[in-house]
Amino acid sequence: MSDAKNTLTVNNRVIEIAGERNLLELIRKAGIDIPTFCYHSELSIYGACRLCLVEVQGRGIMASCSTKPEPGMVIHTDTRAIREMRKINVELLLASHNRECPTCQRSANCTLQDLARKLGVKDVRYKQSTKGLPLDTSSPSLVRDPNKCVLCGDCVRVCAEVQTVGALDFAARGSNARVVPAFDNNLADVECVNCGQCAQVCPTGAIVAKSEVDKVWEAIYNPDKVVVVQVAPAVRVALGERFGFKTGENVARQMVTAMKMMGFDYVYDTCFAADMTIFEEATEFIDRLSNNGAMPMFTSCCPAWVKFAETFYPEFLPNVSTTRSPQAIFGVVARKTLPTKLGVKPENLVVVSVMPCTAKKYEAGLSKFTRDGRRDVDFVLTTVELASMIESMGIKLDELEPDTFDMPLGFSTGGGVIFGTTGGVMEAALRFAVEKVSGEPLQQIDFKETRGLAPRKEATLDVAGKTLRIAVVHGLGNARKLLEDIKAGRVQYDFVEVMACPGGCVAGGGQPITDEDNFRSKRAAGLYLTDKERQLQKPQDNFWIDKCYAESFGGRPGSHEAHTRLHTNYTNRNQIFDARSPIMHAKNDGAISICVTLCTRQKDCPGQRLLGRIVEYVKAQGLADQVNIEAAFSSRPEADGTIAVTVSDVIIPRNDSVEATFASVKQALDSALRK
Amino acid sequence: MQETMETTQAMIDHLAAVNKILEKNNYSEARLIPILQEVQAVYKYLSKDMISYVATSIGVPPSRVYGVATFYAHFSLQPKGRHIIKLCDGTACHVKKSHGILNALYEKLNLSADKRTTDDLLFTIETVSCLGACGLAPVMVVDEDVYGQVTPEQACEVVDKLIAGEKAAK
Repeated sequence: MSDAKNTLTVNNRVIEIAGERNLLELIRKAGIDIPTFCYHSELSIYGACRLCLVEVQGRGIMASCSTKPEPGMVIHTDTRAIREMRKINVELLLASHNRECPTCQRSANCTLQDLARKLGVKDVRYKQSTKGLPLDTSSPSLVRDPNKCVLCGDCVRVCAEVQTVGALDFAARGSNARVVPAFDNNLADVECVNCGQCAQVCPTGAIVAKSEVDKVWEAIYNPDKVVVVQVAPAVRVALGERFGFKTGENVARQMVTAMKMMGFDYVYDTCFAADMTIFEEATEFIDRLSNNGAMPMFTSCCPAWVKFAETFYPEFLPNVSTTRSPQAIFGVVARKTLPTKLGVKPENLVVVSVMPCTAKKYEAGLSKFTRDGRRDVDFVLTTVELASMIESMGIKLDELEPDTFDMPLGFSTGGGVIFGTTGGVMEAALRFAVEKVSGEPLQQIDFKETRGLAPRKEATLDVAGKTLRIAVVHGLGNARKLLEDIKAGRVQYDFVEVMACPGGCVAGGGQPITDEDNFRSKRAAGLYLTDKERQLQKPQDNFWIDKCYAESFGGRPGSHEAHTRLHTNYTNRNQIFDARSPIMHAKNDGAISICVTLCTRQKDCPGQRLLGRIVEYVKAQGLADQVNIEAAFSSRPEADGTIAVTVSDVIIPRNDSVEATFASVKQALDSALRK
Repeated sequence: MQETMETTQAMIDHLAAVNKILEKNNYSEARLIPILQEVQAVYKYLSKDMISYVATSIGVPPSRVYGVATFYAHFSLQPKGRHIIKLCDGTACHVKKSHGILNALYEKLNLSADKRTTDDLLFTIETVSCLGACGLAPVMVVDEDVYGQVTPEQACEVVDKLIAGEKAAK
């Protein structure tokens, strides 16, 4: 009886209600595609675009995304009135959108374009109302074009809800309404972590990855330069989507051929560097485990996660592995070994990366990844940029003879390959660490607990009598929850993998945009299949890496040379939005900056006395020209009263004593000055 | 040492009032608008520092607080003068030539539609859509005092008096 009642009719067909959240889901399940613009199943419902209109008999025309299915509803999805309204709505969107379609990065892959075509909009009857506003090109990763923004709010919601960053929001109202970072600042100056998820959900070209395609062509066409390229694991299982391959199909071999045709001199594999990352990272983990280091240890491959931790959770920075990311390690290895191997002058070697990621562009530009005035990685392309370069060559990827990566930096194990999906770094690290700790050859190399798209994956392993508690999270909102749980003592782990994008790098901000269901798991499945097919699956079996250590990095992971070249340090960016007072301002550029955070809720915050001591010391030592000193003011309710100080990029360990903290500041300042 | 302590103490004193407001509102995200209203009542406007400070204190992204502060006309992100002149430009006042008064005041104080506060931070001119006293049109409100059926000359006299008062106070 009750079953019979739980139905409604759509276009005269009876459809069963099976727990759908809204009419839109239900109608789509029935095989009718309602156009939408601001609706994303993973985000909250906004109801702004008014394209998903349907007629509910007795109630009139309503937005199906924000209407709950009720038994007995009689719904029509395609009446004359609805058709007219949808068309008008798209025309209105187009009127306030800069319609330079042919030169737009999103041309041919644009929701607005698609909708206009599907709904048969042949003419925009309204006056163009774009304002010719300047583009925000400040970020190394993303470009914002306010003239293409139609205020759907998708980027605002993905940033706040999924990533819990909130770098963008609506400001002002009416005809002045706009989506901007706080204070209309540039994106580069706010808490944006460069993950690019906003560019993934943006239905127009209002936020896109910053293209470096022209610079790469420039290098390729320069006869003096030898251009080498590394390709990240996740690229190979997504690139093919742009050329008619099935989602998740590994096209690495055709891709190598295409890249050789384009003029890259050597095509290498980031998976090699991923294997090497495991050598360092797992060794670091074992070291922390046996020497009571800061636990849990977090992975450090994802630059968006690293910036997130630097900005929102600096107290956890000592827990983030100091191992550089695979991209950065590849850059170091290339700069160190290739000039001799290939017989190139160091200044003529150009290192390019192809990454599924927009944050990698930011990472490659960090000054700490520069040596002798040269960046370790010169240019970073996204998967989409590579696809557009291949397209511009007129190459048909599916018709190419397969080729293989160049040796030795093109050799990798399955462990390096699965780096491209959530759980992959953890699994690869476990293959290494469990074997090393137990001292016995690993029989079961798959750690399936790390796989899949659950928001948090946990496992407890017994290794040589020790219990290892591991966790894997993806999506920064899930990372935030985990960090809060750790802070509150609700959970305890030894080793945690974090990737900023939901699903990991396979769904990174630089990947092709697709509306295919389950694209994340399909791309991940492509990587796991490649791993299975590899002869070697444990990173420690990569003999080229042993050789690389022997020749260039002090013979073993964790050696002095490995430490100086393959590890890094982190910056406290927590103070970006604190109220500030400049205390001393140095005249020199590149001065060392000292920032002391004072608690405004505590009477006589000891930070004040510390600040006084630092100022006296700097003046007495005659360093006034070389040091900027600032006071930041914070009232964070959880402020524990201990003093927070940063000297340049060094975070001074928290201590209640002014004297002890001052001694650490002095030490950090002296070492910064020596640099 | 002394000088540094004075600088930081001045900032901490400056922030003491906002701390009280935050505490009173329990650092609650849901109380964002009342918090901003009270902060503006104390500091006359919402500075960037203040918006950031409120945002980080209650755990909301600064972009969201900026969004709220720019949405409501009530909030000002620019410093305001000590005396606030509200000139009604509602239908009745408009018909009674309120714009003549506005232009006279702009000229007198060297202000414009884009620059509404004098450099000495003494005066801010605002136009409002209706003060609910249409029978007295055109209407001007200076601080708490209402002036009805104002002429441009009378408006300038009111300003002159205030300037004289400020001088005498010094």
